Amino acid sequence: MSHNENSHTASAPKAYAATLAALLVLTAITVAAAGIHFGSSSINVVIALGIATVKASLVALVFMHLRHDKPVNAIIAVSGFLFLALLLAYCIIDIDTRKQLVPYTAKVPVKAAVAAKK
Amino acid sequence: MSTSAAHLEHAHDPALQHHFHTKEQQFDTSKIGMWLFLTTEILLFGGLFVGFALMQQKYPDAFLAAHHHLDRTLGALNTVVLLVSSFTMVMAVWAAQTNRKKLLIALLIATMACAFIFLGVKYFEYSHKFHEGLLPGKFYSHEGDTVPNQFVFFSFYFMMTGLHGFHILGGIVAISWLLVRAIRGDFGSGYYTPVDLVGLYWHLVDMIWIYLFPLLYLIQ
Repeated sequence: MSHNENSHTASAPKAYAATLAALLVLTAITVAAAGIHFGSSSINVVIALGIATVKASLVALVFMHLRHDKPVNAIIAVSGFLFLALLLAYCIIDIDTRKQLVPYTAKVPVKAAVAAKK
Repeated sequence: MSTSAAHLEHAHDPALQHHFHTKEQQFDTSKIGMWLFLTTEILLFGGLFVGFALMQQKYPDAFLAAHHHLDRTLGALNTVVLLVSSFTMVMAVWAAQTNRKKLLIALLIATMACAFIFLGVKYFEYSHKFHEGLLPGKFYSHEGDTVPNQFVFFSFYFMMTGLHGFHILGGIVAISWLLVRAIRGDFGSGYYTPVDLVGLYWHLVDMIWIYLFPLLYLIQ
């Protein structure tokens, strides 16, 4: 079978249990942090997503074995998130650079609909 | 091409398929295939997350008001349940790797039990929402809202948790199949690929909930 399993297999349960403990602690922190107001509302989202990303990384590296696998698996996983970031970026650019949003159900060309809105 | 000696060695191992040179190559290939599928899942849910982000930008007050109808305790409970299920699943892979058949069977059952608890909590949450009229899109019929457009939040809530719930259901089916094979004695240190791959799928489903929970339940 895969040769890279042998050296890690015996100590694996300890690593898994430690990771589970860390994940549970991070969940508690997430819930607690949600109750604290840090100033602007966007900071709470950043903190929540930051903690979620740490949790997701722990799951990916330890539970999904990316730590000990061949790099190609990690490359494929990271590329998924990279393309997702691309999707988000382009959608935000699209929406934020429109002067007016016209519903898709509008039956006239966009310029006319925007003029009618004014 | 393989030498005649290597070909003889291949002929002895029933788990090695003929189009692979070695068991290691076969295992690595299976894993790559699974990771490619998981990447498509990341983009599937990712599209919904992007939609959620954009709509929250457009209706921040509605999202803030709407999410108060969600029970954080139940959401946190479900998070804990799925994290524990990820642990039991990865331990099941370890059990298969180390020829611990009874432990493997027990852990697969434990993972399924956690999955059923998760679905049970979601069923409880959903029925409470149906009762209050907090439904997606045009079905929204909740009375007494001071903030308009809350139906948008619930469209995303039901779509994202619903799709996630279907994935949990699919995982239950896959783990049941693993259970049948494990009882049959199919898995051991020489061959545990299906357990590993279903484990990867299960961890991804857990990861998606790790992101869903703060975004849906813990908005500020």
